[in-house]
Amino acid sequence: MFKILQKTFKVGVATADYPGIAPQLAEQFRGCPEFDFDAWSDARPAAEACPTGAIAFRDRDGVRLVTVDYGRCIFCGECEAASAASAVQASAVQASATQINPVRMSQNFELAAADRRDLVLTAEYTLHPDGRHAELKSATSGPSAEEPGKRIEAAIHNLLGRSLSIRQVDAGSCNGCEQEIVALNNPVHDIERFGIHFVASPRHADMLLVTGPVTRNMELALRKTWAATPDPKVVVAVGACGISGGIFGTNYASLGGVDAVIPVDVYVPGCPPRPEALLYGILLALGQVRQRPGSLSRR
Amino acid sequence: MTTLLKELRERFPEQVCSVEESVPGQFTVLLNGPDATAIARHLLTGRQARLATVFAEDRVSAEGVFYNYYLFDRPGDPAWVLLKAPIPAGHPSFPSLAAELPGVNWAEREIQDWFGLEAAGHPNPRRVALHDNWPDVHPLRKDFPLDTVLPPFEGERHVYRPAHGEGVFHIPVGPVHAGIIEPGHFDFAVAGEPILYLQLRMFYTHKGTEKLFERLPIPRAVFLAESISGDSAFSHATAFCQAIERAAEIEVPARAQFLRTILLELERIANHISDAGAIANDVGFMIANAHAGRVREMVLRLCETLTGSRVLRGMVAIGGVRRDWQRTQVEAIEKTLEVVEHEFRDLVAIIRSSNSTRDRLERTGILRPEKASMLGIVGVAGRASGVDLDVRRDHPYEVYRHLTFSVPVYQAGDVRHRLLVRIDEVSESIQIIRATVAHLPDGPHCAPAQPIPPGRCALSAVEGWRGEIIHWVRTGDGNRLERCKVKDPSINNWPAIVEAVEGNIVADFPVINKSFNLSYSGTDR
Repeated sequence: MFKILQKTFKVGVATADYPGIAPQLAEQFRGCPEFDFDAWSDARPAAEACPTGAIAFRDRDGVRLVTVDYGRCIFCGECEAASAASAVQASAVQASATQINPVRMSQNFELAAADRRDLVLTAEYTLHPDGRHAELKSATSGPSAEEPGKRIEAAIHNLLGRSLSIRQVDAGSCNGCEQEIVALNNPVHDIERFGIHFVASPRHADMLLVTGPVTRNMELALRKTWAATPDPKVVVAVGACGISGGIFGTNYASLGGVDAVIPVDVYVPGCPPRPEALLYGILLALGQVRQRPGSLSRR
Repeated sequence: MTTLLKELRERFPEQVCSVEESVPGQFTVLLNGPDATAIARHLLTGRQARLATVFAEDRVSAEGVFYNYYLFDRPGDPAWVLLKAPIPAGHPSFPSLAAELPGVNWAEREIQDWFGLEAAGHPNPRRVALHDNWPDVHPLRKDFPLDTVLPPFEGERHVYRPAHGEGVFHIPVGPVHAGIIEPGHFDFAVAGEPILYLQLRMFYTHKGTEKLFERLPIPRAVFLAESISGDSAFSHATAFCQAIERAAEIEVPARAQFLRTILLELERIANHISDAGAIANDVGFMIANAHAGRVREMVLRLCETLTGSRVLRGMVAIGGVRRDWQRTQVEAIEKTLEVVEHEFRDLVAIIRSSNSTRDRLERTGILRPEKASMLGIVGVAGRASGVDLDVRRDHPYEVYRHLTFSVPVYQAGDVRHRLLVRIDEVSESIQIIRATVAHLPDGPHCAPAQPIPPGRCALSAVEGWRGEIIHWVRTGDGNRLERCKVKDPSINNWPAIVEAVEGNIVADFPVINKSFNLSYSGTDR
């Protein structure tokens, strides 16, 4: 007993004060990729390299529509590497000096959004005959960034905002997201300091924190869990797979994202989302932080 | 191994068609027909071999047959023997081994479900991977498209074996569990407190992974391998990359092998620390879990410094690793390990200081050594029950062939000894990393990217923190795979839980389950 107390005093406070203070990220941490749409001369290498189809394009009538879906992104950095490689080739041809990569991994992880469309960026380009971009016609950073958190009613915030019980549901995940959700309960992230705790039954819960992809075998269990949760309730879809099916997408055994089965209030991108990203999403759902307008806008 | 193979040819001239060393150290024995029982029996009982896994492949359109593969190894021999038994498409049936070898129970039933090949004589031939109310489909057959939209569920749901008697009742648990863990269904038959019999129902998280491997280009499939079991992302992805590298004869630069070894051990350390805390937590000793969570964060921060990801994603690649390390990153390893070693020692001292914790862990959830070896249990769970297996030593890969380290093995097989194996392994892993860092060579961190030639087969095994991970691949055209078989150690080990809980009280189930800490997603894929 004395040993335990001694250790406790020696360690002191281990908790990090996120979101009060920005988290200490390793210099190497990869958040979401960011795109300089003006300078982006070719989306094809990045789209080709993207393992989950988060970066995609469609050419029609000499115009290319590029979409970037953070709801599919696994923060792997392959788009940055592919764009850098192609930029080096291009600059060698043009014999120009150093060229800055238009696709760069940022350290931004506060990506949670109440509207699925907020996670999608689009850019339209006219094309050169060789398929490279000629001119940027338009770019968007999601249609409703100016109305943060609009889908969650103020009444729910008032009702749930001071204390919250979460039931976590693994609807088919690889256990990656679960690891980081478990980490929310450790002394470093300590989600209980917000009056938020994880409960054992959906009947005790205000929020379902659901990971995916939703498998065919878990669909019924997810529906039943949702039905067993008393109203008003909030559903948070976690991770690329929970949002969109991620690398699994939809197939004979996977139904894709959580919103294919139950209504979702907040989406938390990542693979897996780090604990601070989860916390940000949960607090966003509670109205305790505001969605950063334009946090996804182009640089 | 060559003498053994020669012996097989002489003893079974009727059955053995050919023997070839397809990849250095991997011998494929092609049989004349679907019956592998006589040879398997000889290897197992006469030659002390171990059957690691059984799996199948659809080669009907290419060769007109299915193949069943039986993977064996022997103590003290790093080679693998793969029996390859053709099964005619017109008569899709093979003799089951499950009656004499309970360890292959699920594996053979998986073959029935995935490929529609009948395991003739299986003592319990019910579906296992596809739930009872699935339509009659065989998803890993080549004529079944990945994107098939299946009709809604109908038909009978799974019927659990009933238990009768005065005061005997069933407790159904799951698939949604009370903790933050993966989904599966447990049906406990209990007489008051003690558990009479546990029935498991898995595959709730089945998401078509092995089928999806056949669609993705190989470089993208590395990311799918990271999502087989998210707590073993690096181990699974390394196993996958090694299989491809062996198939395509890609030489991994020395530096990349050192980096991989360090990260494999960090994955082990991070998970063993959290398991130590979670085992203490499940018997109500929460302060130990709090410290474990704190120490684990230190390891995850180091992982982030080394790979950009707390859980080691996006790092391993075909031919090496994606990112090299600067001097400062290597120094961070040394610094962090020093703190983690010290903190972990304190954590262990705290756990050991509590007699009531020891009282709950000792003689709880016993898996006896004879049962463990009969069931083919691997990894931490096996080593706590006298099964002296460790892929790092038995089939060395990466830098392990140059390292000396000890493999902790206990006989008691209770929760406490599964904890002790983990505690010992954390110390060993720290020493392994130190030795690896001390000899870290310079040079490239990845072999140049190259297309993967079609028609090559290879397997690779990695000792993940849970145990033996095996990937077997057949490469195909267009930089894609024809087949990728994934064996997570959890597949071997679920029967151990059924065995270990018997006679224990229901209240001890969580800690027994946690002491195995198996992967549902790795099982279900």
